[in-house]
Amino acid sequence: MSMYRKLLVAVTIVAGNVFAGDSPNLGEAVTAAEIAVADYTVLPNGDGLPTGSGNAKNGAAVYAKHCLACHGDEGRDGLNDRLAGGHGTLLTDNPVRTVGSYWPYATTLFDYVRRAMPYTTPGSLTNDEIYAVAAYILFLNGLVAEDTNINSETLPSIKMPNSDKIVWQYRPE
Amino acid sequence: MTDIGDLPVAGNGLLNRRLFLQAGAAGAATIMTAQASAQDQPDSMRIPGAGMSESGAPSRYESELYRRAIASQPGTTGAGVSRTPLEHLDGIITPSRLHFERHHSGIPDIDPGRHRLIIHGLVKRPLSFSMDALARYPSVSRIQFLECSGNSGALLSAEPVQSGCGELHGLVSASEWGGVPLSALLAETGVTANARWIVASGADAAKMSRSVPLDKIMDDAIVALYQNGEPLRPANGYPMRLFLPGWEGNMSVKWLHTIKVVDQPAMTKDETSKYSDLQDDGDLQLFTFPMAVKSVITSPSPGLNLGSTGIYQVSGIAWSGAGRIRRVEVSADGGESWADAALDELVLPHCLTRFRSAWAWNGGPAVILSRATDEAGNVQPTRAAVLEGRAVGTFYHYNGIQAWQVNRDGSVNNVYV
Ligand code: HEC
Repeated sequence: MSMYRKLLVAVTIVAGNVFAGDSPNLGEAVTAAEIAVADYTVLPNGDGLPTGSGNAKNGAAVYAKHCLACHGDEGRDGLNDRLAGGHGTLLTDNPVRTVGSYWPYATTLFDYVRRAMPYTTPGSLTNDEIYAVAAYILFLNGLVAEDTNINSETLPSIKMPNSDKIVWQYRPE
Repeated sequence: MTDIGDLPVAGNGLLNRRLFLQAGAAGAATIMTAQASAQDQPDSMRIPGAGMSESGAPSRYESELYRRAIASQPGTTGAGVSRTPLEHLDGIITPSRLHFERHHSGIPDIDPGRHRLIIHGLVKRPLSFSMDALARYPSVSRIQFLECSGNSGALLSAEPVQSGCGELHGLVSASEWGGVPLSALLAETGVTANARWIVASGADAAKMSRSVPLDKIMDDAIVALYQNGEPLRPANGYPMRLFLPGWEGNMSVKWLHTIKVVDQPAMTKDETSKYSDLQDDGDLQLFTFPMAVKSVITSPSPGLNLGSTGIYQVSGIAWSGAGRIRRVEVSADGGESWADAALDELVLPHCLTRFRSAWAWNGGPAVILSRATDEAGNVQPTRAAVLEGRAVGTFYHYNGIQAWQVNRDGSVNNVYV
């Protein structure tokens, strides 16, 4: 069934089940500016990535200042999730799951850090700083060079070691 | 009355499931023959009790009604879980204050007057909805479970973890969830022909986000505003949350703020790094959405010790993301033999179903189990079957049969069979 027909069917069902009236139609128009403030989503194809850039060299400083206290020196042995290393360990008795060993998409790093990190002050980093710290975490995992420029073009093109392994357990119609 | 009830229906003392109906009537008759004597009455029957109050609380004698095993990421207080004390509850509805919690950056304090739900992306008209607006939409209300897909993860440990039922399995709860079908709001925004998924994000400090297939959204997703008849509790997403019947809890994004309609999943942290299942051949399974058929005996269970020998109720909960529970079987001999448990009257789709069996404990050691079957014919697997094919350290989506060992002294503990 096409999504259009589905929508029609769904609306009919909803209206039919509850009261046979029309929707009150109370949604208010939102401007592009309002959406821009609220939209944090980055897709694997890079859609949603903002302008800006950074490399691991500047990222090391961002990391030291904003992340190291919780995620440890070079993304290891911190209080919170380990971010680097673990390559080749996933199928051993001591699997180490990190951004480098486990994450299938590099874009997730920008999406998540921009939303939620640093844990106590999310939203405090500039886009350049987020690109830079993402570059640094990728560098710690041997996925980019120290001076690779990470931006909306390069981030989605980074091939993550685990990306070939994903299997969708659910596929929408 | 004992002729039906005493009939064993499976090994090691499982009795006919109708026993309790029979016993109830007899119990009442016995009480009515006792003589009342004023002097012997307790204070509660001689002195007027306390007055009314604006909000109720449990009896002061109920000291076990609190959430268990509260744990947060190191250095944080709001990035973690608290669990429903399943073994101290009966029926199918979880009191709202005991509903399990899983937050990723604490519980936000949101002013409903300022909060908006924004729907944008691959839509014809991006729209925002206020609380006042949503209150006017035709809504639905259904009693349904919510389970974190990390529930029961402790059962992956090589040795059985010795904890209570709620500590092990208490990341499942059930409530009456009321709200507006999301399909109605999407009908208003319209979606473009290539729309396949939505990305839902919360207004918490993590902006917690999950991708959800559009077919599920159109099918039965709601923007929930009510839980058990009152506005959502802050810990459950006040003033609004996404609610996806039967699907892994993390996807029912709390404090729902934005819905972006997209053509592909966003591959967010919580659908790739977390809530994914690595297999022993290296495959990384994503998007295991419906929660698999499952049950657990809540009583007897660790901490609820048996006393004298004789008849006990074996009671528990069963649920499935595939729909209704069709059947729950109970064993008292470690799975050698099974008998159907009685299901309480309310057997609802995507809801907890309460089951009960009668069991004559002879004082010897026993291993009690429950096994649920859902209306799609899925049968709850053994622990070994769940583990098969999984890589070490993979702990989400565990639905194995739980075995409780009843010991001679009446104590109960977690055991693998
Ligand atoms: C105050 C401690 C703290 C600081 C500072 C912090 N984090 Fe985190 N980080 C956490 C916690 C806690 C989590 C887990 C959150 C959850 O449960 O969802 C986390 C999770 C993450 C994850 C996901 C890990 C995974 O494998 O799923 C990444 C990536 C991350 N942080 C990156 C960063 C970066 C980059 C910075 C600095 C800009 C940073 N963090 C600063 C505490 C911190």
